[in-house]
Amino acid sequence: MNLRIVLVVAQLTLREIVRRRILWVLAGLSVVSVALVAWGVDRLVTLSRANGINAYELEVGVSQILILIAFMFSFVLAMSAAFLAAPAIASDVETGTVLAMAARPMHRADLVVGRWVGLGIVVAAYAVGSGLLAVGVVRLISDYAPPSTAVALGFLAFQSIVVMTTALALGTRLPGIAAGAVTVVLFGLGWFTGVLGSLSSAFGVQSLAGLGDAFRVLFPTDGLWRGVIYGLEPPQVVVATQLGGRLAAANPFFADSPPSLAFTAWCVVWVALVVALGAWLFRRREL
Amino acid sequence: MTGPAIETRGLRKAYGRTLALESLDLRVGPGEVVGLLGPNGAGKTTAVKLLLGLVRASGGDGTVLGRPLGDRGARARIGYLPELFRYQAWLTADEVLRLHAGLAGLPWPQQAAEFNRVLRLVGLADRRHDRVGGFSKGMQQRLGLAVALLGDPALVILDEPTSALDPVGRDDVRAIIRDARSRGTAVLLNSHLLGEVERLCDRVAIVNRGRVVAAGTLGDLLGEAAVRLRVTGLPEDRSPLAAFGPLAAEDGWLVIRPVDPERIPDVVATAVAMGGRVHAVDPGRRSLDDVFLDLVRRDGPGGSA
Repeated sequence: MNLRIVLVVAQLTLREIVRRRILWVLAGLSVVSVALVAWGVDRLVTLSRANGINAYELEVGVSQILILIAFMFSFVLAMSAAFLAAPAIASDVETGTVLAMAARPMHRADLVVGRWVGLGIVVAAYAVGSGLLAVGVVRLISDYAPPSTAVALGFLAFQSIVVMTTALALGTRLPGIAAGAVTVVLFGLGWFTGVLGSLSSAFGVQSLAGLGDAFRVLFPTDGLWRGVIYGLEPPQVVVATQLGGRLAAANPFFADSPPSLAFTAWCVVWVALVVALGAWLFRRREL
Repeated sequence: MTGPAIETRGLRKAYGRTLALESLDLRVGPGEVVGLLGPNGAGKTTAVKLLLGLVRASGGDGTVLGRPLGDRGARARIGYLPELFRYQAWLTADEVLRLHAGLAGLPWPQQAAEFNRVLRLVGLADRRHDRVGGFSKGMQQRLGLAVALLGDPALVILDEPTSALDPVGRDDVRAIIRDARSRGTAVLLNSHLLGEVERLCDRVAIVNRGRVVAAGTLGDLLGEAAVRLRVTGLPEDRSPLAAFGPLAAEDGWLVIRPVDPERIPDVVATAVAMGGRVHAVDPGRRSLDDVFLDLVRRDGPGGSA
């Protein structure tokens, strides 16, 4: 691998996203979303206080709203990451742009890794930026500060990077639209099997719980999403839910513990493996 | 460079059951301009992609600048203009060059001077800060040439370099290719524009159905010189003219083929001395069009990819 070429391609990717106004559209949408959220939270807090709801209850309610906002952002981020990354190489191949580039003295892997670095910077920056904005506005309005914003946003960015990596790797062999669609389906399946696994685990259906765990290893977005929840929910919610029995524990917007260090390390390895797979597929491709 | 810029032996490419290139034997010497001619689907673009390592050969072998096909070291010294190219529409011409200079590893201090040189060469110096998305197809083709000539490569591979250009643009490209040749750059010109090839190339390889059906210098391919006279009033005995070469009548023309081109003025003078009235003289030989069409029709139409 040639670091100089990786950086050239990463810079090209960043410039493309800025020039094509993709980032500005996403930033604009985030600002509008956060403004609407701010209005909703402000109304909820003001009216609830007027109704005599105490600070503890309000904190729990706002934390749940914040988790839902994070879920909305995670979905938007996943879609954005999928549809930014899927055509990154696929459309260069379709338009012939890649021919002149691949004829240069470079490994094709440099192109894949360079794209990954550029997209990773954008996706992570967008996840952290939009997440900080949402958390900051909610804190300003309701005084609720999540116990670990950094953990939550870290896992949110990581989840987006997993989605982006998948779409990029698929786009080295599939047309952009197909790569994006497959990635979105995988993301949806990840969330579904995660919820199914949690419920199965709570109800003692071990075979289905195992299925959820297996899919979480193969496509780890849901496992990382649990890290986002854990970073946003107050400790009293964890305690109350654990006391609440099976149904409460099976709530898909609840996490009683952060992702394990082993799982997080696996996710790092997973990303590296998928980038390597994309590079290998692209190297084998006839242009 | 002393060895051939390109040398292939029986180069073959199949996509599944589809044979795109059956067997390509091609040689391009250093500083030589060689035209690869062929009808659509003959396998010309496949041949170029094989040379650059963009696709893998199914058989045969070859070298480019003395290295195996697709070798990265060789690619550092090759300029390439793809047939179906598109540069990033959101970049300026200058930025496209900077991107390719970065990919090619052109030393930073040389870049500005090199950009000036190639942009001036292709006539885009005053549009260097404009976005490629606003360029006409012809301007994009000029930019493609600038990208291909970046860094003064030892070999330039041009796949249909004039397809989008007007006559002025085509003339400019011819001048650019001649300039490259004068600098010792070998050029492989992939084209279906026979006039282009006829004017520029030292040698020509005609490809049909995935293999070279004829190759050689233009003189070899076009065959013997001839002269056609439209002449009236000649006597029955035409033996003085037959002394220059075999005579034939074709469509009202008197044809002498072969003939020494240096003696054509003597042919005309002899016809006049015999009492003939010369209305037209057409010195020449078969055009490349004639040779090409004959070869392709004899070999069978169309390629497989």
